[in-house]
Amino acid sequence: MVAIPAMAAYPSDRHMIPPDAASLPKAAAMSSEENPTMIEVESLDFFYGQAQALHGISIQIPAKKVTAFIGPSGCGKSTLLRCFNRMNDLVDIARIGNGRVRIHGIDIHHPDVDVIALRRQVGMVFQKSNPFPKSIYENITYGLQIQGINDRRKLDEVVEKSLRGAALWDEVKDRLHTSGLGLSGGQQQRLCIARAIAVEPSIILMDEPCSALDPIATSKVEELIQVLKGKYTIVIVTHNMQQAGRCSDHTAFFYLGRLIEFARTEKIFTNPSQRQTEDYITGRFG
Amino acid sequence: MHAPANPFNVRKSSSRTVENVAFGLFRAATYFILACATFIFGFIFVKGGETVFRAHFPFVNVPFLTQSPETLYVFEYEGKKMELGDKEFRAFKENHGLKELPAESFAHSAGGIFPCIVGTVLLVIGSMAIALFIGVSAAIYLSEYSKHGPFVRFVRLAILNLAGVPSIVFGLFGLGLFVVFMPVLQSFHNPAVLSLPVGFGHYLNFSGWNVCLLSGWFTLAFMALPVVIIASEESLKAVPMGFREGSLALGATKWQAIRTNVLPYALPGMITSSILSIARVAGETAPIMFTAAYIVRDKMPWQVEHPLDFLFQGVMALPYHIYVVSSKLPQNEYTERVQYGTAFVFLVIVMGIALTSILLRIRMRSRHRW
Repeated sequence: MVAIPAMAAYPSDRHMIPPDAASLPKAAAMSSEENPTMIEVESLDFFYGQAQALHGISIQIPAKKVTAFIGPSGCGKSTLLRCFNRMNDLVDIARIGNGRVRIHGIDIHHPDVDVIALRRQVGMVFQKSNPFPKSIYENITYGLQIQGINDRRKLDEVVEKSLRGAALWDEVKDRLHTSGLGLSGGQQQRLCIARAIAVEPSIILMDEPCSALDPIATSKVEELIQVLKGKYTIVIVTHNMQQAGRCSDHTAFFYLGRLIEFARTEKIFTNPSQRQTEDYITGRFG
Repeated sequence: MHAPANPFNVRKSSSRTVENVAFGLFRAATYFILACATFIFGFIFVKGGETVFRAHFPFVNVPFLTQSPETLYVFEYEGKKMELGDKEFRAFKENHGLKELPAESFAHSAGGIFPCIVGTVLLVIGSMAIALFIGVSAAIYLSEYSKHGPFVRFVRLAILNLAGVPSIVFGLFGLGLFVVFMPVLQSFHNPAVLSLPVGFGHYLNFSGWNVCLLSGWFTLAFMALPVVIIASEESLKAVPMGFREGSLALGATKWQAIRTNVLPYALPGMITSSILSIARVAGETAPIMFTAAYIVRDKMPWQVEHPLDFLFQGVMALPYHIYVVSSKLPQNEYTERVQYGTAFVFLVIVMGIALTSILLRIRMRSRHRW
């Protein structure tokens, strides 16, 4: 199990995975030789006002792997992703009807969970790259400075480490103090990834990170994902099925707010067990 | 062989006529506004220029800008017509050993308008500070924190309605609340009004702040608030959602996200539109005539015994001075000079404020781009 400084000290046992984990619905469990489960969703219903966006989703996302969410627009994959760091809290009318999301075995929607600490553990990269209109250096250190870390040496160290981690160091090391908005689209997206890993999360959520990038920038981000997965659990939402095929270990296919199929990526793309998955993969709809 | 008829030939049609008429109408309306504005500005600049400028060095009527208003005395002396201000007139009498000197007197027509300029500047600065603080806070609450629902809709409606309240009503509101009701901390019990003991021999007497800067600041600020709130909300909405999400996703609290990644980029817009709305409000006479403005005041605002008295003193102000000179005194050529001169100076000050806000906007916008 990964060390979880922010939440390991969490006192109550009530929200840990019960010992008889086998009794949980295992609609989408991986086989036993897989990595341990990092994110566990248990029959989750999710609503925007009266409209139900997610219907009884159950999925177990393994640690230190890349899991891709695919499906046509409006199928709920982004909504589910934004449940993992409670970004949906920002939407007034959003509400969880039923079910649980557990990360490191802890129910993240429990009132005792500090959403700030959660989001430090669960980083996010957005569809539209959103570097702050500050310098590259300040973009990276932002997450640390809001925690009150101002030690210059520590910050310098983190900046270099994060930029190297995001394969951006060599491109920007001479202009760390110029605006992050001066970078190209692909560099901006990698800057956002660097910014996310600067606060040392254990999970990185990516919401269509390459949809606004050209093929070369896309391949760089995909390479980066391959490097990162040794250290982080990555969940990536994508519209691009080739991308899911290229860079993910597991793929979940969503349709109309339901999880249709979740399996190893090779299986989903070569031998899906559901008819709908096959139709979507082969381009018959979507 | 003959060429085919031109299919794009210009033809007269009713839609074409309507088009021309409509276009002409719109153009005429625009030019009409331009003409009106030019006329107003031109008139005041020409008439006021006569008072404010001089044909000889230093080309500006310095006493008009640096002295207090005085009574003008017009009299004949040894066959010559003389026009002297109050102090000069008395000195003249003394120098010539005259006890009596028959003269016509015209109030406010000599001296200058310095105290009015100072008063207006003080009113603008104070009310801007109050309006900015309350307005920006309310805008942050409404656009960043509040949940959408009937309550917020009601608040917005109330703010919009506030923008439509006539200025005289604000004046009366200021009179009723600040001038005659707001509590002051005093060391005696005032039996005439609500008087709450707060210990140490002090009482909170609800006897009002009187006609003073503080009352004027709050009245003007309340009047500017609707525009400040609406403009600030617009500026906040113009900041991309990604900045907020980006910082929240890194574990920032809501206030951290707003303070570091929303406010800095919204402030230029907030400040500039607020300055413009204050400049407009500063031109109002009605809100200050009951709350802050004096017809005449000998002391300058900084001539106070106790620093706190600074807040509780009335001031002279340009719009009220124009009002007094042009409607409360008998009209003649002497008051007319003061009227137009004051209007000219006032216009220049308001235009200066507007220009400052525009320059500020350009400067700050160029610093924060995304």
